[in-house]
Amino acid sequence: MAVDLRPAPAGVRAAPSGRGRIRARLSQLDLTLSPYLYISPFYLLFVVFGLFPLGYTFWVSLNHWEIIGGHQYIGLRNYRALLADDQFWNAVGNTFGMFVIATVPQLLLALMLAGALNRRMRAPTLFRMGVLLPLVTSVAAVAIVFTQLYGRDYGMANWVLHFFGVHKIDWQANKWSSWLAVATMVDWRWTGYNALIFLAGMQAIPQSLYEAAAIDGASRTRQFWRITVPLLRPTIVFVSIVSTIGGLQLFTEPLLFNNGYMNGGSLRQSQTVAMYMFENAFQRFQYGYGSAVAWMLFLLILVFSLLNFLIIRRLAGGRT
Amino acid sequence: MRVTRHRGRVTALAMVLSAALAAATACSGDDGTPSGSGGSSDKITLTVDDFGTFGYQELYKQYEAQHPNIKINERNVPKLDDYTPRLQQWIAAGAGAGDVVAIEEGIMVKFKAQPDRFVDLRKYGASALRNDFVPWKWQGGMSPDGSKLIGLGTDVGSMALCYRRDLFKKAGLPSDRDAVTKLWPTWDDFINTGKNFTSKIGGGTKFIDSPETYYNTILMQEAGKGTNQTYFDQSNKFVMDSNPAVKAAWDETVKMSQAGLANGVQFLSDPWSQALKKNAFATAPCPAWMLGLIKQFGGAGQSGEWDVAGVPGGGGSWGGSWLAVPTQSKHPKEAADLVKFLTSPQGQIGAFKAANNLPSSPQALNDPAVKAFANPYFNNAPVGQIYGPAATSLKPVYLGADNQEVRQAVEADIRAIAQGKLSPASGWDRAVSDAKKAAGTG
Repeated sequence: MAVDLRPAPAGVRAAPSGRGRIRARLSQLDLTLSPYLYISPFYLLFVVFGLFPLGYTFWVSLNHWEIIGGHQYIGLRNYRALLADDQFWNAVGNTFGMFVIATVPQLLLALMLAGALNRRMRAPTLFRMGVLLPLVTSVAAVAIVFTQLYGRDYGMANWVLHFFGVHKIDWQANKWSSWLAVATMVDWRWTGYNALIFLAGMQAIPQSLYEAAAIDGASRTRQFWRITVPLLRPTIVFVSIVSTIGGLQLFTEPLLFNNGYMNGGSLRQSQTVAMYMFENAFQRFQYGYGSAVAWMLFLLILVFSLLNFLIIRRLAGGRT
Repeated sequence: MRVTRHRGRVTALAMVLSAALAAATACSGDDGTPSGSGGSSDKITLTVDDFGTFGYQELYKQYEAQHPNIKINERNVPKLDDYTPRLQQWIAAGAGAGDVVAIEEGIMVKFKAQPDRFVDLRKYGASALRNDFVPWKWQGGMSPDGSKLIGLGTDVGSMALCYRRDLFKKAGLPSDRDAVTKLWPTWDDFINTGKNFTSKIGGGTKFIDSPETYYNTILMQEAGKGTNQTYFDQSNKFVMDSNPAVKAAWDETVKMSQAGLANGVQFLSDPWSQALKKNAFATAPCPAWMLGLIKQFGGAGQSGEWDVAGVPGGGGSWGGSWLAVPTQSKHPKEAADLVKFLTSPQGQIGAFKAANNLPSSPQALNDPAVKAFANPYFNNAPVGQIYGPAATSLKPVYLGADNQEVRQAVEADIRAIAQGKLSPASGWDRAVSDAKKAAGTG
């Protein structure tokens, strides 16, 4: 499809004249520089819309900066205050809590779902696209509907539970129940997506390995744990890092779950770090402090993704 | 086989894409055109930013008919708590705000601290209107140094109490509004009535809606009796922990929660309006503007079931607003004219008819249309007479610049007590520390 516009290498060899040398130099440059030029639009955009805001946010976080009036440089004071801020640590705890109870079952489920979808079946495309459908619905719609399901007085969850003798649960009022509610919203949307990624990874595993294992008498379960999972390692790393980033930035679901209130419940039961950042920056209008929260979140994600990467590499690797 | 499979994939892809497209278009909300989009033609579009129910729809039509070159576009945000940060950003950024913006009493101090962001309405002939407003409301629209008239008053949040006649009857309580008022001279009497009510009715119906609405009501009453301050003094110093008014309101509200009277839904949230529709609470504090909200969310089914009685502890006020014109408006003159129209006695009568927002204009308060008005939704309660007299004698309570942020923090703790998740004993200390944090002093 692409037309090769590069000059033939032969031209470089036979170029004694001055003009030819310039041409040769140019084509050399073309060879070394062009690829960078071609991919530069992304990096230029990234610098403008990614790197610069990141740096600027850091600069803001070093200032006392409110909505009106000027700002003054205060060094790391915002960060020092943040480390002693129990509301911040509460948000960190909530975020990790929700992340764990959302992501662990979600990835396991996605893995099993992918295993099932990988078998021979009728209308495979239908089923494979089907698991992706929840992702197509808007987050807001999902969150609103789920919040209604988890209504204290008229929600379906409590209605179902009352058949089992469970007393009305005020889902927003407890930490565990609000985390659980938010986790189900996340899982409902993302399990299918992760399953598809796993499926793509599974299809790249050569069939001959399974055949060989089957000849050796390995059961399907054994094949799954001994062949599929280890060979899926890069995919698992990718999926878990992407889920980590998404999970730690959780915002819309818990926000709508709390009727749009940024505090995440009467005792901040389900306030995430992203919500705490927003609360500080755009409700209390403490831009400096809010930026410090944003940077802490960034660092948390960085550290946690790295940890995740190391752990999973070790876990999945240990099986082989 | 290959071909059909391929086609299947394409169809599926198309399906997904079109669904995504539908979702995307469904989500792209119409934020309305920004101010000043009248542009080339002669028609000027004035954008009005407000919250809750101002009852201006008919007035807009009237004004547009009288001024063919004006088109009015209202951007309403249901909850004040959502409206405030938006307005703050627009005003600070110098762009985005409407030509006319509503400012509630709890956030007025915050905006009055930036007088250069607002047009001096006296430049557009508002000086002559002084006698169209009760004195304290007029004064409330002045900048702190008295050099600028930032806002003209709309309504006053005189206080009464709404109750469900049918549920009261069912509980064996009197349902006539005067007899009901006599049930509760004090808030303690109110709580006892509530206990009585609960023992008879029980089940899904609670006596009060959200503890925080009662808290705010009592707080404003107590503050009005004493220093006229709540969380901040006139120099914006944080005084919540030393102000007896706040503690008194807190203690009384905690008593209500401990007596099991509160439904505990968050005021104006979806569960609140659901609870309202499903008869899950029997009373709600009713500043005049609340009548419109109850009617809006209660719906036709509850018409005639509600009534309006006096509030325990006598009088009080909560809420009420001003209209202002930000300097960023491209049509300050036209906007100021619209403000003058909407806040004129006639405009206030119009808003009263539509939403029962109690006028802040003595002429409007004395107008037969207000005085003699009986609200059919509230069993023909003579709301003009119930609310009117208190409006002129009101003493405004000073609400500091960070009032709303602090109020939200304290309300959250009050709700936590009603949910049974925070012990009343340690609740107060937590509320004070949360409030300090919200005020940026903690």
